[in-house]
Order: sequence, then structure tokens, then C-alpha cells
Amino acid sequence: MTELNLAQAINSALDLALANDQRVVLLGEDIGVTGGVFRVTDGLYQRYGGDRVIDAPVAESGIVGAAFGMAIAGIRPIVEIQFLGFAYPAYDQIVSHVGRIRNRSNHRFSAPLVIRIPYGGGIGAAEHHSESSEAIFAHTPGIKVVVPSTPYDAKGMLLAAIADPDPVVFLEPIRLYRAVKQDVPDDEYLVPLGVATTVREGTDVSLFSYGSMVRESRRAAEALSGEGVSVEVIDLRSLAPLDEEAIVAAARRTGRAVVVTESPRTAGMASEVAAVVQERALYSLLAPVERVTGWDTVVPLKRTEHHHVPGLKRISAAVRRVMEA
Amino acid sequence: MEPIRLLEVDGTLRGDPPVDLDETRRLFTAMVTARAYDSKCNAMQVQGRLATYASFEGQEAAQIGSIAALRNDDWVVATYRDAAAMWFQGYLWANLLLGRMGDERGGAPPEDVNVLPPSITVGAHMIHAVGLGWAESLQGSDRIAMALFGDGATSEGDFHEAMNFAGVFSTPTVFLCQNNGFAISMPRQRQTAAEWLTNKAIGYGMPGVLVDGNDLFAMIGVTRDAVGRARAGDGPTFIEALTFRVGPHTTTDDAARYRSDDLVEEWRRRDPIDRVRLYLQRSGGWDEAWETELAESARGAIEEAVTAAESVDPFEPGAIFDRMYSTPTSAMDRQRAALRRDGGDD
Ligand SMILES: Cc1ncc(C[n+]2csc(CCOP(=O)(O)OP(=O)(O)O)c2C)c(N)n1
Repeated sequence: MTELNLAQAINSALDLALANDQRVVLLGEDIGVTGGVFRVTDGLYQRYGGDRVIDAPVAESGIVGAAFGMAIAGIRPIVEIQFLGFAYPAYDQIVSHVGRIRNRSNHRFSAPLVIRIPYGGGIGAAEHHSESSEAIFAHTPGIKVVVPSTPYDAKGMLLAAIADPDPVVFLEPIRLYRAVKQDVPDDEYLVPLGVATTVREGTDVSLFSYGSMVRESRRAAEALSGEGVSVEVIDLRSLAPLDEEAIVAAARRTGRAVVVTESPRTAGMASEVAAVVQERALYSLLAPVERVTGWDTVVPLKRTEHHHVPGLKRISAAVRRVMEA
Repeated sequence: MEPIRLLEVDGTLRGDPPVDLDETRRLFTAMVTARAYDSKCNAMQVQGRLATYASFEGQEAAQIGSIAALRNDDWVVATYRDAAAMWFQGYLWANLLLGRMGDERGGAPPEDVNVLPPSITVGAHMIHAVGLGWAESLQGSDRIAMALFGDGATSEGDFHEAMNFAGVFSTPTVFLCQNNGFAISMPRQRQTAAEWLTNKAIGYGMPGVLVDGNDLFAMIGVTRDAVGRARAGDGPTFIEALTFRVGPHTTTDDAARYRSDDLVEEWRRRDPIDRVRLYLQRSGGWDEAWETELAESARGAIEEAVTAAESVDPFEPGAIFDRMYSTPTSAMDRQRAALRRDGGDD
């Protein structure tokens, strides 16, 4: 066991993958010599060399397209895109090729690659550096989309993503990279993809979230316990596939569901979770499902960003509403 | 290939100067003012008054010299590192500062200034310059458009599409690539196997010009030629200006991880402002009192801009719903009401 933050836990997973599987290569902008803009790949270039930790030209479509070809031909590429806002040039590769090759070749070819992308706001970054457009990727058939919120999950889920026979978009909450430390096993272990987890028990309301919104949801849950409300917090961890069984079981248990995301509201993950609850737990509900989300706006710049990204106030208000309904 | 150079590092002139002594003094003043802005921004970032800042120190001649060759109604689309160019084309320092403070009003230059807000996504804006200039010629105007971008941006697929469109449609576009040696940590050699970026121009059927980007006079000269061709309807030009980013990539970057102090020192000796000062001294256009005074008033102008930017109150919470569409949609109205009801978060 070593105490690691989320960025270090990812580094540890990459280190193990590079050490244990000669097919693994890392590909991205500034990931080598300088260790990545968030230092997530720190030291790996020095340990494994430039043929396996590859500094790429500034070309996201090229990086993902090349990784796609490599994956088909037997390499296990792990791509880093610098920020989610810079993944869009690669979107055509992801939607038109990465997510489709298994289907269009009837299993003859597959693309087992991992695309790591830092995402999310709340740190007052420059424009395009705070995007939370995960729903676009979750909406894209043929790829898996996962989001860890703890160092332990980050390492185990990344190793599971690397072992997965299908392409995985692995989103890393920027705000949590260095927020907390946790004991993380030094050896390889897998946290299965597609499985949600309960991070706080409660009986009155189920709060569903992922990424940095898990921390905000826990804050709200603690504060609300002072008001006598018992709030359960569920970390979805996987957006595609979504753990419907866990969502339905929780909604049936408490009868009240609030979904928290920092992404825009329309056609977002909160809508998807609400739809699942409606389809399979409607008759257990004591209140309408609430969505606490970013607005249908671009993420405002630093001075007014806090009006956009949900936190204690807005989550608590939604929980009180479902309690009063 | 040798870059075009008119001013040697020691300030001696090769050939005729492209501008007279008065204009040289005006452009020298502009470069000094731009550098004052740059060092003020670095200081303010450390104090927490600005978000991340990308310094352009060392690139003043490339930016001021190229803009000096434009007409003041020409279009400019540039990057996060091109504040000097944007300002010289009419953008206000106060707006540039507001943007860096994290306020959307920073993206709005005065009405008569044809400069788009800085492009932060690398590479996407070069094709916009193609469209802007193309629109001008479709409407019978002789305005042209110039795109400023870095060496790293030439690796993006959008670079190819921009260059190709400009060539095919012979648009009035000037592609000004400031090759400042690095794209974050990656040296220029890691962006392309071509010896020079100008080599790329031939593939798109346009002239490519290699120029000493730290030479104010050469920058004016080559940009003037490119602008002249564009305005005359003779199509686009690609310029590779050899320069250097003296500072880190941004205030969050640690440049010591990927480049040596010696390299930085070597480029400091080719400083674009020093070179013009030496020229002015040789030509009898400089004295110490003059520079002291202009440096003082440059700092004063920047301080005024800082005061103006910092006295702008943050937007009301609901303002984020007013900027998305010409008229807020019903969704905006509902969400504004929800924000009012629950409050924003801390
Ligand atoms: C599409 C996109 N990918 C990645 C980034 C992150 N990024 C910001 S600046 C930069 C390097 C750009 O280098 P260059 O074009 O040479 O310009 P310079 O910063 O040197 O002025 C990168 C990779 C980005 N902003 N946009």
C-alpha cells in the first residue's frame, strides 16, 4: 500500500501496464519529456523510453487515429488528450471508427485502446479547459465511458480499461487530481467497469453522481444529516454501460432520486439516469426525480463559474425539495 | 535556407529600411509597451489577479512588425499568445486583461476593430481567416485577413484544410506562423520532418517565406509583400517567422523540464527590442531621456488599463443565460429562474 492522490494512482497503473505488457504504449501531447501537463505520466518516459511513451505532434485526430490503427494491429495504446475541450478534433475518429470497427468487421477487427482525458471545471481555468461533455461520448455507440472519483478506483478502473477488449474513454476529474490521498495497493488489481458503488449509506434520498460531483454530493449529504435527512450517495463510475441495476435498486429503496452532474442539462447523463428510474422504479417514487446540473451554457469563465458548477447549495436545495414533495 | 533579414543583431541595416525614423520610433514604443503589458500580466498572475497567462516575450517584433503592415480595418485572428498583435490592431489592453481575469467581456473588442477573441484551441482559427477574407472579396471589399499561429498548430489537421482552401479559392489570407521553437515541451523538429515549415506552402500552391521573426524591419517587409498580394487578388502567402518564446509556455509551465538556460540566453542576445534600439542609436533617433520617458508612459498606460479592467464588476449570476442566443430561449428562462431560486454555488 502507498498513499497516493488520483494523479499518482493513474501514474502507478500506467507504470504497471508498461512494465507487465510489452504491447502497451502511451501516446499524447507533452506526455514524455515533461510528464504531461498534469504530470500524470511523470517519470514514465525516463523509465520506458520514447518508443513506448511517445510525445506526439499537436494533432488529436492523428493521435487517436494512429492509436486506432495500432490497436487493430496488436499494440495496446493508451492515449492522453490534454483536456476534454481538445478531444473534439478526434471525435470523428472516435465516433466513425473507434466505436464501429468491431461491428463493421463483424468481430474480425477490434480496437482495444484507452483514451484518457482530464475533464471538468471548478478550478477557474481558461476557456475550453473546463468541459464536461461526457454525454457526447456516452451517446456514442461502441465505446465505454468511465469516470473514477477516488485514487483506488482510478488505478483499478484504468487497469480494467487497459485489459478490456473494447475501446474505453477514461475521464479524469481535474479537480480531484490532487484533492485527496488514499491507500492504494502497489500491485495490479481490477475494479470492474460498468459497476456503480455506494459511497455513503442513507435511507431517505439517493444522490447519483460521478467524478468531482461525488465529492460535492458527499458534502451536501453530510450537511443534510444535520437537518435529519439521511442521504445515500452513489458513485456511478461508469456512464456507458450504466449500472441500471444499482440505480433501480437504490431508487426503489429510498423512493427519492437526485442526479448531480456538472455537464449541461439537456440530453445529459442526469436525464439518462432519470429515465432509467422512471422506467423501472416509478411506482416506488415518493417525489419527482430532480436533476442538478450545469446549465445549457458554455462553462462561464472564472469570475462566474461558480454559478454554473453545482455544489453544496444547489444539491441541498434539490434534496430538500424531494423531501418536501 | 537563410531567413530574410534587414536588421542585424547589432542594429546594422542591410539595404533600405521599410519605414522612416519616426515610424521606427513609433513601432519601438509599441514593442516596449507590449513588453510592459507582458511583465505586468506575469506579475498579476503571481498575485492571483489573473488566471493562467501565456507570455509573448521575445515575439514582439513578429507581432508588431506584421500588424504594422496591415490596414486598420483588416481582419486578425490570433491565439492566446498574440496579445501584442491584437492590441496593435485595435483591441484594448483592458479587454485583453478582462479575458485573462476570467470575464467574457474580454472577448469583445471595440465595434470598429476587426479582431476575433483569441483562439485557445490550437489550429482551429486559421480556416476562419480564410472565410473572413473570402467574405470580403465576395462582397467586393479589399480587406484581407491575417491568421497568427504557432509551429505546433501546423500539425493539426485544420492547418491543412485552411491552407488548401486558401490556395484553391485564392483567398486574401496571410498565414503568419510564429515558429517560437517549442509547442509546450515539444521542439519544432518533433512537429514535422520537413526542414522548414515554409516547405509546406508549395504543396498548397502558395509562396512560403522564411523570415527572421526577431527583426522588426524584415517582418514589416515580408508581411507588406504578402498583404499586397492578397489585396491585389493574387492569393495567400505563408510566412514562417523564426522567433523564440523566452518565457515558459504559460504561468503553469516549468520550462526547465525541456530546455536549457543556455538556449534561452542565446535567444535573449537576439532580443527584438534591443535590436531596434541599437539601430535607432546608430541612426541618431534615440536618447536615454526619450526611452526613459516612453517606458514610463508605457507602464502608465498599462496601469490605466489594469485599473479599468479591475473596476469592472463581475456579471450578475443570470447574465450567463443572456450570452448564449440573440434572445434567450425558454430553457434559458427556466434555468435562470432555477438559479435565482437556489442560488449559485461557492
Ligand atoms: C486543439 C488543442 N490541442 C491541444 C491544446 C493544448 N495546447 C495549448 S498550447 C499548445 C501548444 C501550441 O504550440 P504552438 O502552436 O507552437 O504555439 P505556442 O504556444 O508555442 O505559441 C497545446 C498543445 C490546445 N489548446 N488545443
